[in-house]
Amino acid sequence: MAKHKYTGIMGWIEDRLPIFSLLDNAVGTGYHTPKNLNYWWNFGSLAGFALVIQIITGIILAMYYNPSAAGAFESIEHIMRDVNYGWLMRYVHSNGGSLFFLVVFIHVFRGLYYGSFKAPRELLWMLGLVILLLMMMTAFTGYVLPWGQMSFWAATVITEFFSAIPGVGTDVVEWLRGSFAVDNATLNRFYSFHYLFPFLIVGIVIVHIWALHVHGSGNPKGINVKKGTSDTIPFHPFYTVKDLFGMGVFIVIFAVLVFYYPNLMSHPDNYIPANPGVTPPHIVPEWYFLPFYAILRAVTWEHLIPNAKLWGVIAMAGSIMILFVIPWIDKSKVRSMTFRPLSRIFFWIMVADVFLLGVVGAMPVDGIWIYLGQFGTAYYFLHFTVILYLLGKYEKTRPLPKSISEPVIRSEPVIQ
Amino acid sequence: MDFLKKNVDKIVALLTVMVLALFALRIALFLTFSPAGEGTFRYWMYDVLGIEAAAGEERPALPPNQVAWPFDGPLGQYDMASVRRGLQVYRESCSACHGLNQIAFRNLTEIGYSEGAAKEIAAEYTVTDGPDAYGDMFERAGRLTDYFPSPFANQNAAMAANSGAAPPDLSLITKARGDGPNYVYSILTGYGDAPDGFEFNSDVTNYNPYFPTWEILMMAPLFEDMVEYQDGTEANVEQMAADVTNFLMWTAEPNLDDRHKMGFKVTAYMVVLTILLFFSMRVIWRRVKK
Ligand code: HEC
Ligand code: HEM
Repeated sequence: MAKHKYTGIMGWIEDRLPIFSLLDNAVGTGYHTPKNLNYWWNFGSLAGFALVIQIITGIILAMYYNPSAAGAFESIEHIMRDVNYGWLMRYVHSNGGSLFFLVVFIHVFRGLYYGSFKAPRELLWMLGLVILLLMMMTAFTGYVLPWGQMSFWAATVITEFFSAIPGVGTDVVEWLRGSFAVDNATLNRFYSFHYLFPFLIVGIVIVHIWALHVHGSGNPKGINVKKGTSDTIPFHPFYTVKDLFGMGVFIVIFAVLVFYYPNLMSHPDNYIPANPGVTPPHIVPEWYFLPFYAILRAVTWEHLIPNAKLWGVIAMAGSIMILFVIPWIDKSKVRSMTFRPLSRIFFWIMVADVFLLGVVGAMPVDGIWIYLGQFGTAYYFLHFTVILYLLGKYEKTRPLPKSISEPVIRSEPVIQ
Repeated sequence: MDFLKKNVDKIVALLTVMVLALFALRIALFLTFSPAGEGTFRYWMYDVLGIEAAAGEERPALPPNQVAWPFDGPLGQYDMASVRRGLQVYRESCSACHGLNQIAFRNLTEIGYSEGAAKEIAAEYTVTDGPDAYGDMFERAGRLTDYFPSPFANQNAAMAANSGAAPPDLSLITKARGDGPNYVYSILTGYGDAPDGFEFNSDVTNYNPYFPTWEILMMAPLFEDMVEYQDGTEANVEQMAADVTNFLMWTAEPNLDDRHKMGFKVTAYMVVLTILLFFSMRVIWRRVKK
C-alpha cells in the first residue's frame, strides 16, 4: 500500500482515494506559502466564502421563489413575510451579492497592484477574469428575478443595447429576451441562467485554485520564493487562522449590513412591482455595475460616427477584455508596486478614475456627466494600454531583495 | 521612417497626453460656458449640498423632514401602540383610496391584537369569494386568512376616481421611496397654501412641496380630530401622520423587531469570536520569524 501518514479509517480511505493528502496539499501543511502575505491576500478565501453563502441561500430561496411575471414579486414578499427566516435568507443573498463584488474587486486590484497577473500566473489571472464575467452575468440575471420596477427596466435597457449590433441586432435582442419585449419568457430564462452560472463559477474556481497551486501564491514583494526555505511557511495553521480571522471581520460587516441596513444597496423602485407602462425617471444598475454602465454610455457622438451605441457596447466589453492581455502589455519584470514608484502613482490614479466612472454611472447622461464619463473612459483605456506599456519599458525600479527574510541590500537598481 | 521607428514610444506618449487634454478641455469648456441648469457645475454643487434633484423635473421635491422613529437605529423597535393607532388611521382614512394587499387580518395578531380582536376586524370587511357549487361568486364577511380588500376593482377604476392618478398600494410604500418613512410623513404633513404666483399644472390644486412637481393629486387626507383614538392620544395631524407612518413601516417590514434583536446577538457573538481569532492568530504567528 502507498506510503502516507494516515492510519485507521483515514488510512483506509487514503489508500483508495487520496483525498486527505489532496486537502493537505491544497490548504494544509503541504502547501508552502510565502510568510509575508498581507491582509490583501485574505480576499481570495473571502470570495470563496461569499460564493458558498450565495449558493446556500440561493438554493433555499429557490424553494419558494416563483419565476413567473405574475407571481415573482408576490413570492418574494411571501418569502419576506411568511417563510420562517425567509427575510434573513433573502437579505443575506441580496447583500451577499454586493459584498461578493466588493471582495472580488479588492482581490482584482490586489492583483493589479502586486503584479499577480505576471508570469507565471497569467492563466490564473485570466481564469479569475472569467469568474468575474460569470459573476456579472449571474448578478445581472439575479437582479431581474424580484420583478420590481428596476428589475424590469434594467433588463429592458441592457438587452436593448444589443440591438446596436449591425444586421442581427433585433434578432439578438429577441433571442436574449426569448420574446419581443422583456416578459415572462425573459424571466424564466434569466432564472435558469441565474441557477446555472454559480455552478460554472464553482468549476472555474477549482481550476483557478489548481493553477494557483502550480506556482504558489505570489507575495507583496513580488519575488520568487523557494519551497521549504525560510521564506515559506505551511498554509496550515498560519494562513488558515489568518483567513478565519478575515472571515470573522467579514461576517461582522456583513451582519451589520443585513440586520441594520438591509436595503442600503438596493434601489427603492424595486419594491414597486414591474410595470411595463411606467418608465422610472432614472434607471440605474446596482453599484458594482456603475463604472461599466458609465463606459457603456460614454460614446455619445451619434452625429459623428455611425452606430455610436454599438461602440458603447464594444467599449464596455473591452473594459474587461483589456485586462486579459495586460500580462503582455506591462512587460516589467518587477511585479510589486513596492519597487515601482512611478507605477504606484499611476495605479492610484487609475483607481480614482474607476471611482469617477462609478459616480458618472449613477448620473443621467446629461451635461457635465457626459464629458466626465468620456474623459474617464478614455483614461481607463489609455492606462491599461499605453501607460502600462511605457511604464513597463522605461520605469526605473527600486532594487529587489534576494529573499523575503533578507533586507534590501544596496546594489545596482534593477533595470530592464 | 527611421525617425518614426526610433521615436515611436515618444510619439505614442505625446498622442496620449493630447487625447486626454482634449477630453479635459471639453470638460473645462462646459464648466465655463454652459448656462446654469441641469447637469452643470453649479447644479452639481447644489446636488452635493444635499438637495435632491431628480432628472428632468422642474420642481424637485424638498428633502423630507427628518423624524426620530422608534424603529430607527440598531436597537430600534416598533412602538406597537402607535402602530395600532396607525392601523386605525389607515382604516378610517387611507383605505378609502389605498389598498394594503400584502397584509392579511391574521397579521394583526403580530401588532398586539388578540385572535378574537383580529377576527372582529376581519368581519367588518366584505370580501368576494367563490365560485360556489353553482359556479357563482358570492360575498361574505372577512376571515383571518383574508387580505385587506382593495378599494377599487382595478387600476382604471382607481384612476377614474382620483383625477387620473391611481393611489398606490401602501403595503410597501415606506421601502418603495427613498428615505421612505420620512417621505411619507412629510407628504402627509406637508400640505399648505401655494405661494403667490405658483402655477398648477392640473385642476386639482393640492400644494405639497415634498412631492415631486410640488402638486399632488391626493387631497390632504388628515384633519385634526378626524379619528378618535381609544387610548386618548390627541389626534392632531402630526400625531396621526406619525402613527400611520409607523404602521406603514410595519406593513413593509413586519420582521424588523426580530431582525434588530437577532442582529444584536449575531454581531456581538461575531465580534467576540473575531477578537478571539485575532489573538489565536497572534499566538500561532509568534513562531514565524520575520
Ligand atoms: C381621496 C383618496 C385618498 C386618500 C383618502 C388618501 N390618499 Fe394617498 N393618494 C391618493 C392619490 C390619488 C395618490 C396619487 C397622487 C399623485 O400621484 O399625484 C396618493 C398618493 C399617496 C402617496 C404616494 C406619493 C408618491 O410618492 O407616489 C402616499 C405615501 C399616500 N398617498 C399616503 C396616504 C396615506 C398615508 C393616507 C391616509 C392617511 C392617504 N394617502 C389617503 C389618494 C388618497
Ligand atoms: C468567485 C470568485 C473568486 C474566488 C472564489 C477566488 C479565489 C481565490 C483564492 C482562494 C485565491 C488564493 C488566495 C489569494 O491569493 O487571495 C486566489 C488567488 C488569485 N486570484 Fe482569485 N478568486 C476569485 C476571483 C478572481 C478574479 C475575478 C480574479 C482576477 C481577475 C482573480 C485573480 C486571482 C489571482 C491573480 C490570484 C493569485 C494571487 C497571488 O497569490 O499572487 N480571482 N483566488
